Amino acid sequence: MTNTPTVSLKNVTKIFNPGQPNEVTALKNINLDIWPHEFVSLVGPSGCGKSTLLRLIADLTQPTEGTVQVNGKSAYRARIEQDYGIVFQSPTLYEWRTVAKNVELPLELMKYGRAERRERARKMLQLVELEGFENHHPWQLSGGMQQRVSIARALAFDPALLLMDEPFGALDEMTRERMNLELQNIWDRTGATIVFVTHSIPEAVFLSNRVVMLSPRPGCIAEIVDIDLPMPRAWEVREDPHYFELVNHLRDTLREIEGGMRE
Amino acid sequence: MSRTVWREYMPAIVVAVAALVLWEAAVRGFQIERFLLPAPSAIVTNFIENFERLVHIGWFTTKEALGGFFIGCSLGILAAFITARWVAVNEAILPFAIAANSVPILAFAPIVNNWFGVDNPLSKMIIVAVIVFFPVMINTIRGLTLVDKNALELMHSYAASEVEILWKLRTPNALPYIFNAFKIAAALSMIGAVVSEYFGGNRSALGVFITQEAALFRFENAWSAIIIACIVGITFYLIIVAVERAVIPWYFEQRKAERH
Repeated sequence: MTNTPTVSLKNVTKIFNPGQPNEVTALKNINLDIWPHEFVSLVGPSGCGKSTLLRLIADLTQPTEGTVQVNGKSAYRARIEQDYGIVFQSPTLYEWRTVAKNVELPLELMKYGRAERRERARKMLQLVELEGFENHHPWQLSGGMQQRVSIARALAFDPALLLMDEPFGALDEMTRERMNLELQNIWDRTGATIVFVTHSIPEAVFLSNRVVMLSPRPGCIAEIVDIDLPMPRAWEVREDPHYFELVNHLRDTLREIEGGMRE
Repeated sequence: MSRTVWREYMPAIVVAVAALVLWEAAVRGFQIERFLLPAPSAIVTNFIENFERLVHIGWFTTKEALGGFFIGCSLGILAAFITARWVAVNEAILPFAIAANSVPILAFAPIVNNWFGVDNPLSKMIIVAVIVFFPVMINTIRGLTLVDKNALELMHSYAASEVEILWKLRTPNALPYIFNAFKIAAALSMIGAVVSEYFGGNRSALGVFITQEAALFRFENAWSAIIIACIVGITFYLIIVAVERAVIPWYFEQRKAERH
């Protein structure tokens, strides 16, 4: 089981508008394996294709060349068989549904029975510490709470893989820090594999086993850094000299990439 | 609660009362002839005297408006759902629907009267239905297609079928658009019914009554009939608002929350 990567990208190239004047090579020749229960962050300057990479794994867009596999099957099959849950930067809750009903949405589509839907929604809301908000509507919650609902929704059907596209990008600093700790907790308790897109290097280092730095035009992997800080990580890790070293190292890489972009 | 309601509507009430006072004063002060503009007091007196008759003719026209409203709205929504199912068809049809919407359909009233009979309420209902059809269809299509991109991707990530996406995302998304269309349609249906009656119709119809009384220089009668038409139009609108609040409470609560 563990010798099948959860996500496997082989020679993946993504070209938008191929053959047209506005042709853009978003990603070029990406090779990456992500293993079960890994937490991998994708970072890089804007326009480096990190979100595109996530969307390729989610089969929301398809590669021009190369193969994307999830749990040993094609990304398409994995999507059809609901192998992953996804969280976007905006919580994307349906405003006509209550919090509990939003969490139940994927379960409804997967034809879970009513009692089980309710039970799972209750458990998931407990996991993201939103008990008591079942019957609230999305607009009655703060941004951080809304994003927690969207995480609960993504996890409601126990997917082995959680894809997160800058999930905390729109939150204020304090909420973001609390969400980081909570996400680590959720990751620990669910045992899911997480692929996490962010533009915050400190956030990536704090959360991940590995940080993948992408460089833009065309997007390719500039560096993969193992984060060998012990798990689980308390907030104090952010004062650890080794943490600083890793963050500074990644920042230097980013600066080099951005320097190269200007030339 | 009642105080905030009062505060909300007070400016409108003040303006209305001021306009009526000015109107009355102008008619008396400048001694405007009755056939040009009767004073509000004269109209109100006339309205009270003829109330029963006015209700009778008002109801006749209201039935035409309602009939046309239901036929036009049902067909408009149906057409929107059929076309929204196929995005390509939709994009091809929408420009035509928008063009058709700007055709002055009332111009066809005499012809439709001729087809179905001047006295037949059906001829008015058909005019109303056609007038109402296009804005309802266009708004419904907008509501079904202007869906948040992420909300749609979320559905794709769940491998949801087009039918599931239609029921669980597009339809709830379209409801506020549909109710807006109903409000437009309510006003249009009363206008459509009255104006198509101007081209002839049953003697107890509002539009026929207005043209006849005006031709006979009984302008207070015509004005009273206009008041009935206004009351029906406003009632119709308020009923739709009430239904809207009952069907999509989340939409109002959300907007209220955003205002604070």
